Amino acid sequence: MSEIKVHSSEYRPPPPDRPPSGTRSPGVWVRQNLFNTWYNSLFTLILVPAIGYVVYRAIRFVLVTARWEIVEVNLTNLMVGTFPRSELWRPWAAVAILALVIGLGLGVTARANVEAARIRGIELTTSWQQNARRAAPALLLVAALVTFVRTATPLILLAATVVLAVAGYLVGRRIPPHRRRWMHLAVITGLLGSYVVVTQFDGVSLDRWGGLMLTVFLAIGGIAMAFPVGVLIALGRRSTLPAIRLVSVVYIELIRGMPLIALLFMGWLILPFMLPVGFPTPGRTWRVVIILLLFTAAYVAEIVRGGLQSIPRGQYEAAQALGLPPWKTMRLIILPQALRNVIPAMVGQFISLFKDTSLVLIVGLTDLLAVARRVTQQPEFLGQGLHAETLLFVSFIYWVGSYWMSRESQRLETRLGLGER
Amino acid sequence: MNTGQRTNGTDTRPPPWRDVRVLRITVQVAFLAGVAALLWLLANNLVQNMQAQGMRTDFGFLGQAAGFPLAGADFSSRDSIWAALVVGLRNTLVVSAWGIVLATVLGVFVGIARLSSNWLVRKCAAAYVEALRNIPLIVFLLFLYLAILQQLPRINDAIDGGGFVFSNRGLYAPWFDVDDDSGLFLGFCAVAIVLSIVVVRWRTRRFNATGQPHHRIVWGAVTFGVVVGVAWLALGQPVSVTLPVLDGRTVSGGYELTVEHGALLLGLVLYMAAFVAEIVRGSILAVPKGQAEAANALGLSGAQRYRHVVLPQALRIAIPPAGNEFINLAKNSALGIAIAFPELLRVTRIAIGQGQPAPQLIGIMMLMYLAISLTLSLIVNVLNRRLGLRGV
Repeated sequence: MSEIKVHSSEYRPPPPDRPPSGTRSPGVWVRQNLFNTWYNSLFTLILVPAIGYVVYRAIRFVLVTARWEIVEVNLTNLMVGTFPRSELWRPWAAVAILALVIGLGLGVTARANVEAARIRGIELTTSWQQNARRAAPALLLVAALVTFVRTATPLILLAATVVLAVAGYLVGRRIPPHRRRWMHLAVITGLLGSYVVVTQFDGVSLDRWGGLMLTVFLAIGGIAMAFPVGVLIALGRRSTLPAIRLVSVVYIELIRGMPLIALLFMGWLILPFMLPVGFPTPGRTWRVVIILLLFTAAYVAEIVRGGLQSIPRGQYEAAQALGLPPWKTMRLIILPQALRNVIPAMVGQFISLFKDTSLVLIVGLTDLLAVARRVTQQPEFLGQGLHAETLLFVSFIYWVGSYWMSRESQRLETRLGLGER
Repeated sequence: MNTGQRTNGTDTRPPPWRDVRVLRITVQVAFLAGVAALLWLLANNLVQNMQAQGMRTDFGFLGQAAGFPLAGADFSSRDSIWAALVVGLRNTLVVSAWGIVLATVLGVFVGIARLSSNWLVRKCAAAYVEALRNIPLIVFLLFLYLAILQQLPRINDAIDGGGFVFSNRGLYAPWFDVDDDSGLFLGFCAVAIVLSIVVVRWRTRRFNATGQPHHRIVWGAVTFGVVVGVAWLALGQPVSVTLPVLDGRTVSGGYELTVEHGALLLGLVLYMAAFVAEIVRGSILAVPKGQAEAANALGLSGAQRYRHVVLPQALRIAIPPAGNEFINLAKNSALGIAIAFPELLRVTRIAIGQGQPAPQLIGIMMLMYLAISLTLSLIVNVLNRRLGLRGV
């Protein structure tokens, strides 16, 4: 911005406008926001009865006509599919570990944000209203689950999980900055631990997982495995060696040019043929995981490439001037900044993967959506057209998950100071 | 290097294992060789496994009779498998093309509605976008198909009114009834379009030269209407509008959309419109505020400001991301498989289910999807180059 030079003796800035008074009468608000022009009045007059009717029908369906017993009876099925019922303590243990780790991670991030803001001279304060609004979607989900639960045990365990998550958050907020590097390790250990506790020690193999549990595993496992591969491909895409660059570009464009569902078909029907003769075929779930990895890696690579391109040349030159070899420049200077810049985009990719896992229904996995489709075939519900109930329940779970994550990611984006111009 | 040679007369090039140029070439050759070896290994395994299972490895099966019918298409089970794939490709293309057009129209409306000065309109548009963007498309499609369209009344007591018939067998809308002279008539329509473009250009030139009001839209529309109307009368009314008529258990006339087709199209349009709306909103917000203020200062009305100042600039910003969404829409049409609409993926799946070799069929399907995506991205790139901002 160019400065406007004005002689201070001649120029007096006009007194600032008074702020608008905070108390506007409802009548004024209605006139300004609903009836400010003739066409807006028309829209309002048309929309009010239409919305009223839709809301009335929706509420009537949810509270009166819907037969939610199909969800109540099958709640365990929807959560874990055909997972052996005698081993249910394992998923609960995994959920407990995940709750602790996620709480811990959120706590550490919250403290890091506050400290980063303090360095810039901003004091971050959060009111309880803000916190309540942040937690609202998660609370909504818990409330919905609670209304469908018919016995006491899950309620107690659910409460314990929430307590663990809150405890993790509080511990996370107390961890000093110099210990923070261990947190990555803790998070990774937690993720691996929750997998190990279910599958190992006479556990249950992946092919018997199902329901929401499988959906969450595919999403988290997919992104966690795709991330390192994607970073490698992004580095290959930015390589100075033309051959490596070419192969990376061809890979990214090939994967991005095909629908995920078609790739899943390939993994289902062709991948077993591509292994050496006599090699044991990996289980169906692992084949899906491999395809999700290959697919997500291409998208992660494009995101990371964007992050790499956003790093100014001066950073490379400064590293060179310090005498760092190229790989150290990358590891110590460029990648940390680039990856921090792409966190919101990575969350977006995770949300998209979370939604895309519903496609595994087509290749025969029993994820959340597949269970919801199958329970309508049960003898007591067959042919009664209870699709609306089951599908609404599934949509609600997906909606809460995606909406909550995208909200948090937007928050993070403003906190990171990205998207500011 | 040269200076080194000049000073002490000997070759001071580093040994090959430390020479960057040699290393670069070696690394690349080794990398390519590794990739080629991996691909060869996979292909070799594939062929060996297929032979071990007694599957054919050629493409001769494409000419065989398919042995399965496809609903809603001019296709019998005696036609070849290749013909079935072509039917699938055509269905994919048709649903994608209509989907892109309709999703764009709806998306632009919703995107503008999100910026409306009417609080209610703004909130409704936001609710629409947030509700759809956060659930998977397949869940939405299944909901539309199973919970809404299949719950429509049976054909006996279908909803019949206003020229539309809705039943759980199909959706029927008014359409054109075409008889034998229609080819000639379509020719006249084409002529009419060309003529009206000429007229519009002439009005524009005149306006640029003299400054008199051009009314080019009116002129163009009247030209088109007159030519088409005269041709229609002269050819003995070759095209007429027919309404679907419900008669007991059959519907005659009108345009029939199977429930599957309707669900896929409706689902794609409603879902992708939410994404297009976000792009439209973002692009409008990305137009510098000074532009709108300048338009206000010139005394343009709200509609004029949108039409002449804001939207043309927002369009340029919107092209690349909107292009991505269009490609996504075309790829998402593969979800027709979840609701039994015979698009490319489902036809491939049926053929594999009939015992045809999966690797070849999936290879062909992949190439077709790739061709669609690459063509679309080519079109978007060309558009972007023609309309996009230059020098930014």
